[in-house]
Amino acid sequence: MKICTIQELLSARVIVGEERLGDHVYSACGSDMMSDVLAYVKDQAVLLTGLVNPQVIRTAEMMDMICIVFVRSKEPTPEMIRLAEESGLVLLATDKRLYEACGILYSNGLVGNKVKRAAL
Amino acid sequence: MSDVLTFRFDVDGENFTSAGQASVQIKKNLRQLGLPPEIIRRVSIAMYEGEINMVIHAGGGNAEVRVAEDFIEIELVDHGPGIADIEQAMQAGFSTAPDNIRSLGFGAGMGLPNMKRYTDSMDIQSKVGDGTRIVMRVDLTA
Ligand SMILES: Nc1ncnc2c1ncn2[C@@H]1O[C@H](COP(=O)(O)OP(=O)(O)OP(=O)(O)O)[C@@H](O)[C@H]1O
Ligand SMILES: [Mg+2]
Repeated sequence: MKICTIQELLSARVIVGEERLGDHVYSACGSDMMSDVLAYVKDQAVLLTGLVNPQVIRTAEMMDMICIVFVRSKEPTPEMIRLAEESGLVLLATDKRLYEACGILYSNGLVGNKVKRAAL
Repeated sequence: MSDVLTFRFDVDGENFTSAGQASVQIKKNLRQLGLPPEIIRRVSIAMYEGEINMVIHAGGGNAEVRVAEDFIEIELVDHGPGIADIEQAMQAGFSTAPDNIRSLGFGAGMGLPNMKRYTDSMDIQSKVGDGTRIVMRVDLTA
């Protein structure tokens, strides 16, 4: 799925990363716990979250993700936007809730698989 | 051992906002060195977990990353409270993080087990009241 499709499906606003909207992503995950993202996520390129602090950006960068969707109308701070720009991440914001946003993407074919607990 | 490239960082324990800066920087440095993406990811996740731990549990510390020919070594040293029971701390789900840390998205008790999982070796030395020293290695030879 292209990132611009995610944007359309979630009626999301592009905060940064306009130039990467044509990039393809193949799986996503949703979580407010960065600990869990670091521990359980493998190859998901998209993170949906209601958490807003710079660690969200750094966690996504560590995991080689390329897009973060902030749910429930959460707005990233200017510092977060700057960090995302530096890392080449796309930031989107939607007023949908986490459960709904994940459900919409999932039912449109963006799966959450490849989540493995211990395997590397 | 021939050339070893060393990167050093002070990890500021005063504010959570800057936690992880060193790991982001290391990731950039390792990319510049042209190392394989999977190696870079493992090193940077392990270091990030360790860096966050130093900030939330130990009031900051020092990090050193050494890139040698056949391995990358990450050394994290702090002078925080130390870990009384390392075996317990290594268990998935064990955490002493307070609620305010949980509301920031951390404190699931997954960091140390994750560091072990992403590296080829990990050694923890800790003394209560003195501090903690963690050395992790990721091998570069397949
Ligand atoms: N550098 C440190 N100094 C003192 N105590 C530490 C240090 N690192 C870890 N600990 C202790 O070990 C526990 C487990 O650490 P671990 O990283 O696994 O989980 P966490 O930091 O609590 O949560 P998470 O990493 O999932 O965000 C911590 O809660 C803390 O009590
Ligand atoms: Mg931790």
